[in-house]
Amino acid sequence: MIAESGHYALVLALALALIQSTVPMLGAAQRDVALMNVGRSAALAQLVFAGLSFIALITLHVSSDFSVANVFENSHSMKPLLYKITGVWGNHEGSMLLWVSILALFGAMVAAFGNNLPLSLRARVLSVQAWVASAFYLFILTTSNPFARLATPPIEGRDLNPVLQDIGLAVHPPMLYLGYVGFSISFSFAIAALIEGRIDAAWARWVRPWTLMAWIFLTLGIAMGSYWAYYELGWGGWWFWDPVENASLMPWLAGTALLHSAVVMEKRNALKVWTILLSILTFSLSLLGTFLVRSGVITSVHAFASDPTRGVFILGILVLFIGGSLTLFAGRATALKQGGLFAPISREGALVLNNLLLTVSCATVLFGTLYPVIMEALDFKLSVGAPFYNLTFGPLFALLLLMVPFGPMLAWKRGDLVAAMQRLLAAGVASLAAIAIAWAWARGGSALAPLGIGLGVFVITGAIVDLVERTGIARVPFRTALHRTRGLPRSVWGTAFAHAGLGIALLGIVCETTWNSELISTLRPGDVRNLAGYQIKFDGMTQRQGPNFAEVVSTFVISEDGKQLSVMTPSKRSFATRGMSTTEAALMTRGVSQLYVSLGDTTADGGLAVRIYHKPLVLLIWFGPVLMAFGGLLSLSDRRLRVGAPQPARGLRGLQAAE
Amino acid sequence: MRRSLSSVALALLLLSSPAAHAVQPDEIMSDPGKESRARDLSRELRCMVCQNQSIDDSDAPLARDLRLLVRERLAAGDSDNQVLDFLVARYGQFVLLKPRFERQTLLLWLLPPVLLLGGGLALWLQVRRRSQRGTEVTLKLTPEEEARIAALIAAEKPPAA
Repeated sequence: MIAESGHYALVLALALALIQSTVPMLGAAQRDVALMNVGRSAALAQLVFAGLSFIALITLHVSSDFSVANVFENSHSMKPLLYKITGVWGNHEGSMLLWVSILALFGAMVAAFGNNLPLSLRARVLSVQAWVASAFYLFILTTSNPFARLATPPIEGRDLNPVLQDIGLAVHPPMLYLGYVGFSISFSFAIAALIEGRIDAAWARWVRPWTLMAWIFLTLGIAMGSYWAYYELGWGGWWFWDPVENASLMPWLAGTALLHSAVVMEKRNALKVWTILLSILTFSLSLLGTFLVRSGVITSVHAFASDPTRGVFILGILVLFIGGSLTLFAGRATALKQGGLFAPISREGALVLNNLLLTVSCATVLFGTLYPVIMEALDFKLSVGAPFYNLTFGPLFALLLLMVPFGPMLAWKRGDLVAAMQRLLAAGVASLAAIAIAWAWARGGSALAPLGIGLGVFVITGAIVDLVERTGIARVPFRTALHRTRGLPRSVWGTAFAHAGLGIALLGIVCETTWNSELISTLRPGDVRNLAGYQIKFDGMTQRQGPNFAEVVSTFVISEDGKQLSVMTPSKRSFATRGMSTTEAALMTRGVSQLYVSLGDTTADGGLAVRIYHKPLVLLIWFGPVLMAFGGLLSLSDRRLRVGAPQPARGLRGLQAAE
Repeated sequence: MRRSLSSVALALLLLSSPAAHAVQPDEIMSDPGKESRARDLSRELRCMVCQNQSIDDSDAPLARDLRLLVRERLAAGDSDNQVLDFLVARYGQFVLLKPRFERQTLLLWLLPPVLLLGGGLALWLQVRRRSQRGTEVTLKLTPEEEARIAALIAAEKPPAA
């Protein structure tokens, strides 16, 4: 009954989406207020039904109803409750249902909070949003129905893939989808604006909070995924340039570019055509990512060709939306008036350069991901992996980072590069000092590493210098500086935090990749090994029974200079249902560095193969993105950007901080 | 476990390999210099049965065979390039994670620099065109024109205001 209700709710959501995709659009064309308002109620109702459908699937999973194929294939009655819930999106059908539910959520949010939008624009945005939704409801209903029943219900399920039975699955996919799908809003706004034929700075003001929100989620989602891979994989890698990862990185790069070009559009009414194009491209890359991951084309072109139903359907959606929107863009873009002249050396100029580097990096990733697929179709098999990206993406991003501190230092319209350099002198000196120290201190490792450290320090101190300059803390009396600090818009703080986050992540990346040390050895109980100043003693192994697995836990005593610091207990779990085993690495955090112990096989003579890593400053890799997301959040909370908030008078800003 | 894991939530490919480790203690060469070369080479070689995973990270039996093969060649006195050539001759370009700069990979390697330079050039041209147009605009506003505008504005003003 629940399965059928969930299925029916999904059909109703499709019906609502079809109404929403036509009626408001028609209303906007005929200036009929009643028809335009249909979009609002349809979007809200669509969320209700998509949500009901999603809740139905969760209920089925929680109650272990194995008569439903999706539950049977991905669940087990002994599985802990958390994984029964997260298992809902731990498979193709369920994850697509999550995808459309989040799409419906965003549509409903525009409907609910878009009261400050012109009626016709809101109607058109909601219609475009519903086009996307309709396509995906159809996809789920025709190729990936999560509610399909089995004729003869089995007694027990097949369990969820053990590597997914982790808290990471609870956080990573929803975050990632909130980001991916969130960009659909800026896409819908762009298409609506093209249909309307009118775009101005106000458009950028409406779009920016949505873009920012999607960007925050995507940033956190990617960082979370990276950390999950790091501790779950068992060999301490955190980024692999895997096609599936690239699929999430590309919308992030394009979205970051969009975020910056929208600033130019909002403040200076320039880069309008480009911003519209980026909005289209960002969501197109999200769709492309969905296609790459869902169709199996990445694993092999031939695997795709052998079971093409799903792949072809998504490819159709992809061609329809990307092709359609770009055609519309090509037809309409020339009609948009360009405004806001600026000199090459200016804030706008810096942001244009930022956009150039971000889009080229994005294109590099896109090409690196698709090239093997294209060449395989031409019967030439090749691989594009980490060493390729290090050589291409690496320098591009280094150049981008080098320019990050300059942007906020330059004035709008016409900037003074020499003055900006003078203000960044402190950051430059700090960076040179960092390079010198790293050079003197480093033993071994790439000669580029100290330069990387210097670049990271430059970006961080650059962000600090920006704040110092704006508050005048070094020049004016303390009270004035304090007053100015309070008056500083939150978006300025947001920028500083986000940029500093980049530098911090870079520090972590450079330190981890250059100075990590590892020990691969076979240990017997009582053996002691030394790594990075720690003494690691293997105490022995014990058996333990988990809810749906059996595990062998090994105990390691970690001490430093004879003083015991911690006991680490990595384990190996075997899951009977799927006959699979996983390794659970143990981590010891000291400051922002970590010791990482992961187990291999036991040898015939009773030894245990062990990999122990010391990863200096590794946590900075993820603190950076968290700081970036925090910066985004600060910027989002800026009154000027808050959805529906009128622009406050400049004089009031100081008062507002006291609230 | 496989490398696609970080995004496995997206991929949800069913991973079936047993949990084991990449480089095993028994594989390590006695000569630390050669071992570190072997590790560096391993990071550039693909485990062909895995998804975009290097043999250094993979635990597939094939990856182990390849790691041992690399070490065998190094022990026999091959240079790094000779080892790579040997493997390419055996398995094709597919084994290299960093494709060689060749006819078939020309586009792949050239795209980023071409895009960057092309984009930069396009921007530069646009700036130049704009600045020319910009000077035209400023040239038009001669003092006489300014005076005429001022006169026109004054004439437009309603007398009551």
